[in-house]
Amino acid sequence: MNISIQRSQNNEYQTYNVELENVTLLTIINHIKTKMDPTLTYSHGCRSGVCGSCAVRVNGREQLMCEYKPSDGDTIEPIRNARVIRDLIVDSSMVDSCNATAIAWSESTKEEGVSNHEMERIETQSDCILCTSCYSACPVYSVNPQFIGPFALTRVWRYVNDPREQESSSKMAAIQTNGIWDCTLCGECVPVCPQGIAPKQDILMLRTKSVMMGYSDPNAAAAFGGGLDFGAPIF
Amino acid sequence: MSKVLIIGSGGAGLVSALSAHESGAEVIVASKTLPTRSQTSMAQGGMNAVLDSNDSIENHIADTLKSSAGLGDEDQIRVMCEKAEDAIRWCNRIGLPFSRDENGEIARRRLGGASAPRACYAQDYTGLKLLHTLYDQCLKAGIVFKNGRYLLNLIMDDETNRVLGATFLVIESGEVEEIRADTVIMATGGYGALYGKHSTNSTQATGDGLAAAVRAGAKLADMEFIQFHPTALKNSSILISESARGAGGYLLNAQLERFTDELAPRDIVARAIHDEMAASGAVYLDIRHLGEEFIAHELPQERKLAQIYEGIDPVHELIPIKPSAHYSMGGIAVNAQCMSAVNGLFAVGECANHKTHGANRLGGNSLLELVVFGRECGRNATEYGAKYPVPIVENSQYTKDTNFIRGVMYFTNQIDFYQKQEMLANIFYNNVGLVRDDMGLKAVLGAIRQMQKELPFMGPRDKSKGCNTNLVEFIEFGNKIELAEMIVVSAISRVESRGAHYRIDAPQRNDMMFGGHTITWKEDGVLCADFMK
Repeated sequence: MNISIQRSQNNEYQTYNVELENVTLLTIINHIKTKMDPTLTYSHGCRSGVCGSCAVRVNGREQLMCEYKPSDGDTIEPIRNARVIRDLIVDSSMVDSCNATAIAWSESTKEEGVSNHEMERIETQSDCILCTSCYSACPVYSVNPQFIGPFALTRVWRYVNDPREQESSSKMAAIQTNGIWDCTLCGECVPVCPQGIAPKQDILMLRTKSVMMGYSDPNAAAAFGGGLDFGAPIF
Repeated sequence: MSKVLIIGSGGAGLVSALSAHESGAEVIVASKTLPTRSQTSMAQGGMNAVLDSNDSIENHIADTLKSSAGLGDEDQIRVMCEKAEDAIRWCNRIGLPFSRDENGEIARRRLGGASAPRACYAQDYTGLKLLHTLYDQCLKAGIVFKNGRYLLNLIMDDETNRVLGATFLVIESGEVEEIRADTVIMATGGYGALYGKHSTNSTQATGDGLAAAVRAGAKLADMEFIQFHPTALKNSSILISESARGAGGYLLNAQLERFTDELAPRDIVARAIHDEMAASGAVYLDIRHLGEEFIAHELPQERKLAQIYEGIDPVHELIPIKPSAHYSMGGIAVNAQCMSAVNGLFAVGECANHKTHGANRLGGNSLLELVVFGRECGRNATEYGAKYPVPIVENSQYTKDTNFIRGVMYFTNQIDFYQKQEMLANIFYNNVGLVRDDMGLKAVLGAIRQMQKELPFMGPRDKSKGCNTNLVEFIEFGNKIELAEMIVVSAISRVESRGAHYRIDAPQRNDMMFGGHTITWKEDGVLCADFMK
């Protein structure tokens, strides 16, 4: 089977022929590294889809190498919207910066018992492994590199919607700028999530919550503000 | 204000970081990867704590002591078990989304060797959700992360036996960096990756911290005790959590008959599977009778991994399994304050030996240990640093390590280290695995000594300066070889069977001769071993 991998030293695709059947892409890449080309550079860890190290793009779509079974002719590239350090390794500092900007943590909780039913509300969102696949798939970054982005916004919703959480106003304030209203709701982040999380839905929930708290969509204001005024005498 | 350097960013490292920060220290966390990518993310089963009157702390202590097969320290175990509820409540308070029971209390399940259901869990993602919750709290606390730092050596003041900091390879740039601190906390995880494809562990669990600690003069304890998890997927050694058996899963042999108590401690179940595989050729885990709804909700990871790696759906099919290396009971010997034999060097989590697991760890006690002792360790390291600030002393470690990184590029590469690494994993699984004997162990020791001699004829073939993972993996291999020798020497010395260490040529436990801990260390590069209480 032929696998093409984008190499960073010349920005060209290098094709490797590997005769391994019915194995994961990570197994193939490990085979290349240890038996064919020790310069091939990538991240990996758990082999079981929980450490979030090995996200790449296969034929343009984000995949975890440890969960993807490759086919002949597949093309492997690093994830997008991040600086490539070498081959398939990118600068992951956005994990810290996006989460910190979004205040994506618990501020204070109550101690009383909560039902399993209530806890299930945040079950899926707290499955996030921070692989940054959604970040890579998001088209907003080409116009706004400051966008807080899907994984951090999902994390905010995870805490805002946590039945134990007592203080979410600072989080809600933090995501009004470069946050929920900058999302185009294109949904590209949804199918690429290896954990079945739908950041777009979480962003919609945060928008609804924001409106209930008195925030409004700044884009809507810009679209209408000073433009059409149905009460004006000009009509 | 004392400055605490924490090496490793898994659960133990992050709990210590939060604790040191709370105690007023300036904290730096240096790690070869990112905080959320560590081995802790893989822990599934749960975290033990007694939360109701149907169970008791005394029972938790008794179960842990029994499983430890005489090598658990009752005082240390008592500390861990008594602080368990507080540890769980703390995790809940900072946001860990535990599953709940019908009363709204944190849900618990029974794991092997436990006399009651006491493993608090968050579906089968307990470790993942703990790690991410800790990470979020570290961001909140403004903890400084230095990611992509590969530990080379501890910086030592030999005259006072005091650690002064550590040197790192900055992976991205290829430069060596020195970080000085008043105290250093080692939280680098275990050495299960030595077993390569026969381990459930992350490929990153290469024991770097233990090897560096030994080179700095620390002592290791009970290195021969490596827990084999009974149920890993046969082809990939990917873990199928004990909760699958806790929920009622069966172990079946090739004739599809049950052959053992599925909920006995791990060493016993693993050896029963080993023997049954030798006798009937295959062993399966059967969870079909638990039903699709239960499996989809309680064991979603297991189902997905069995589908990817074995091509079967456990809802309808049997899961082919084998025992695989899972947890390093051995580690840096520490006292009740978590400090090693080196002044100012602390250790916590899987890289440490807190003497809580002894010869065999109980499921649900590893996450508990790292939370309880992580909190102690962070505070102790802060206080020690404040009381005994580190002197500013000139030190040549940085220069030595810079020269090493430059020099290693000239190693001759006549021998492929990846091939040797694979061989090491295979001979370890066969001869330093579930069943051992003197001859097999000595054969492995011979092979290790040969590899040590051959190291200068290996080396990285990639000569790039920046982001050279081939170089990192070569140094990891060097650390593995260093630890492998200590493991095998410990296993040869212990001519008895106890917990995870089973000698077919000495199948009885012998408290008279081997009731103490196996302590190993290096004197001027020479490996020393002794048994100590």
